[in-house]
Amino acid sequence: MAAPKKAAASSPQDKTDGGSPPEFTREQELKALRDMLLIRRFEEKAGQLYGMGAIGGFCHLYIGQEAVVVGMQMALKEGDQVITGYRDHGHMLATGMDANGVMAELTGRRGGYSKGKGGSMHMFSKEKHFYGGHGIVGAQVSLGTGLAFANNYRSNGNVSVTYFGDGAANQGQVYESFNMAELWKLPVIFVIENNRYAMGTAVSRASAQQDFSKRGVSFNIPGKQVDGMDVRAVKAAGEEAAAWCRAGKGPFILEMQTYRYRGHSMSDPAKYRTREEVEKVRHDQDPIEQVRNRLLASKVSEADLKAIDAEVRDIVNASADFAQHDPEPDASELWTDVYR
Amino acid sequence: MPIQVLMPALSPTMEKGNLAKWLKKEGETIKSGDVIAEIETDKATMEVEATDEGTLGKILIPEGTADVAVNTPIATILADGESAADLAKAPAPAKQEKAAESAAPAAAKAEAPKAASAPQAVAEPDPEVPAGTEMITQTIREALRDAMAEEMRRDPDVFVMGEEVAEYQGAYKVTQGLLQEFGARRVIDTPITEHGFAGVGVGAAMTGLKPVVEFMTFNFAMQAIDQIINSAAKTLYMSGGQMGCSIVFRGPNGAAARVAAQHSQDYSAWYSNVPGLKVVAPFSAADYKGLLKAAIRDPNPVIFLENEVLYGHTGEVPKLDDFVIPIGKARIVRSGSHVSIISWSNGMTYALKAADELAKDGIEAEVIDLRTLRPMDTETIINSVKKTGRAVTVEEGWAQSGVGAEIAARIMENAFDYLDAPVARVAGKDVPMPYAANLEKLALPSAAEVVEAAKAVCYR
Repeated sequence: MAAPKKAAASSPQDKTDGGSPPEFTREQELKALRDMLLIRRFEEKAGQLYGMGAIGGFCHLYIGQEAVVVGMQMALKEGDQVITGYRDHGHMLATGMDANGVMAELTGRRGGYSKGKGGSMHMFSKEKHFYGGHGIVGAQVSLGTGLAFANNYRSNGNVSVTYFGDGAANQGQVYESFNMAELWKLPVIFVIENNRYAMGTAVSRASAQQDFSKRGVSFNIPGKQVDGMDVRAVKAAGEEAAAWCRAGKGPFILEMQTYRYRGHSMSDPAKYRTREEVEKVRHDQDPIEQVRNRLLASKVSEADLKAIDAEVRDIVNASADFAQHDPEPDASELWTDVYR
Repeated sequence: MPIQVLMPALSPTMEKGNLAKWLKKEGETIKSGDVIAEIETDKATMEVEATDEGTLGKILIPEGTADVAVNTPIATILADGESAADLAKAPAPAKQEKAAESAAPAAAKAEAPKAASAPQAVAEPDPEVPAGTEMITQTIREALRDAMAEEMRRDPDVFVMGEEVAEYQGAYKVTQGLLQEFGARRVIDTPITEHGFAGVGVGAAMTGLKPVVEFMTFNFAMQAIDQIINSAAKTLYMSGGQMGCSIVFRGPNGAAARVAAQHSQDYSAWYSNVPGLKVVAPFSAADYKGLLKAAIRDPNPVIFLENEVLYGHTGEVPKLDDFVIPIGKARIVRSGSHVSIISWSNGMTYALKAADELAKDGIEAEVIDLRTLRPMDTETIINSVKKTGRAVTVEEGWAQSGVGAEIAARIMENAFDYLDAPVARVAGKDVPMPYAANLEKLALPSAAEVVEAAKAVCYR
């Protein structure tokens, strides 16, 4: 087998379209910074709580990939749906779901979004148009295509943003969904979050076609590779894709070139890559540092940034506090919500 | 010697058809491959091609004749040099002769009606039907179509999707006419992509639409079972009640005829194992209609198991504006006091025949049609067993971990002290379905086996 050197060595930016993405306004930069920081601090806290035994089962952290959901969310409008796989905490926070409800679900408490019955991988919010949270790799792609089918059926002008990873991109139902989405011109953006590793398997070891933006070629679905570490590039690509969908032209594929700093799940020691590789991405491309540096260069004061930090920490600490003190679900909940 | 042209079998389950039209006249020359006639089943009109050359000697069945049995001689072809005088020499049709190979369509994907031969005699009136209601005679296929059409008229969120449901009018013609009435937005032909379109259906249902997803057969739904169980059945629970899905997965289930192991399997036990799903498997035409309407309205995912062999069967369906049968209620189809026979779907065919046989020997069987497998109407079963003290379950599926095993356990849990004999199970044999006609017959349950089991539990 070929060593995963090529994929591992390439920078997420290598294959991206040339030229800088459109600049953000100061307000946009501040919002992006705040939303990404919230995800990062939340995930760090979740990692801590997992270590303390307060969170059980599987817990997949989104640290490093924050610019993808935050940038995409900035490109959407009210009513657009979001659906993803099991690495989903960031998506929930980005859609505006309450940190307390998410953290309490992680700890399996009654105040969690699923009353403690779903856990890390299974949360939903009708109000925020977040359709999960799915633990079966690739299943959300057909489901997300179904959300787009419903938009089309209702002619409501909404777009389904269907996230999946480089690993899920090799599942059969992804291509069944691509076919139907293009055949029926469904408004769905397939966002492939290529973080270079499907659990412990580097892209080069699992994918015959490593350019995921081309995965829709045989269905005539346009695709684009995007620097998923630059929130501005993500937003710009998201807007282009959303406009395509809303114009009735069918689906669009965005390959987000990103990176996960932590292991696949909390129990993954990540021996399949070097510490240097992780450090290099963190140092050179961190999505949050990029925004922070631009803000500082544009004369936003350290104090202003610290205030954002503090606000985010307060939210996260409050959520951890809530999630550890909220009672477990009542025993009677065992039998509820099987049927309605 | 003149060659006989026989009424062709156009599908695995066809037993008769109408001779719609002769395209050749007596005395006309026929070449191999010429279309000589049109045969009508209740789902399609098919052309009959000649496989032999010569002159059309005599038309034995005039056009417009209905219900011509398969293998009936319909015409004779004279070879070169033969004349009408030779017609008398035509052989009698051999029963095992394979008719009209040239006219057989893709066997696995098509079907035609079967004679309504199953006993549909109902001793007990259906409590869901008000006394004095006018009844109409319909095939089960038509009852299903009417149920969908009525629900689509009632609720604009209901739509039908699946392979060949629209332009082809349904692989088994169950969705006949729906495209014409409701248009391509609501009657959607999918690619052959079960896993994908099941997921698309579930996703659409999560937004509040009410899909009716047709599987050409439930055998193909194994490709989609992850979406059915992991997505459809579990989402309500995993979301703490926030998000569920109202969706019907329907299509033929169980043994068809002569299509072998991959196309003949009963999934009753598989789906009835799963909390979050409702599982319906009716037998009578009225139940097919009333229960499909209930399934479409149900806010939960419903597995609606049909039976291909039954599609062409006719039954009495109440002529009511809105005939809905509640899910979860069994029905006592024949009352008796000596033994309870419990079945559903096509298993009822054997159960009812057996009850007739048993009556001749003075054994009065109470026959229960479960109709719904999940939630199971335990009460009706238990009340019956408390009366009879004996029970036989009948299913086409395998015995191990089967629905009969579940019924037996429930009887033991709830009516152990009332039992005068151990519960007996009649089930499909523990083998994949064989192709050969004799072996297939042996693999399926039979009325004789039900009679034997009933006598055994009655110690007769």
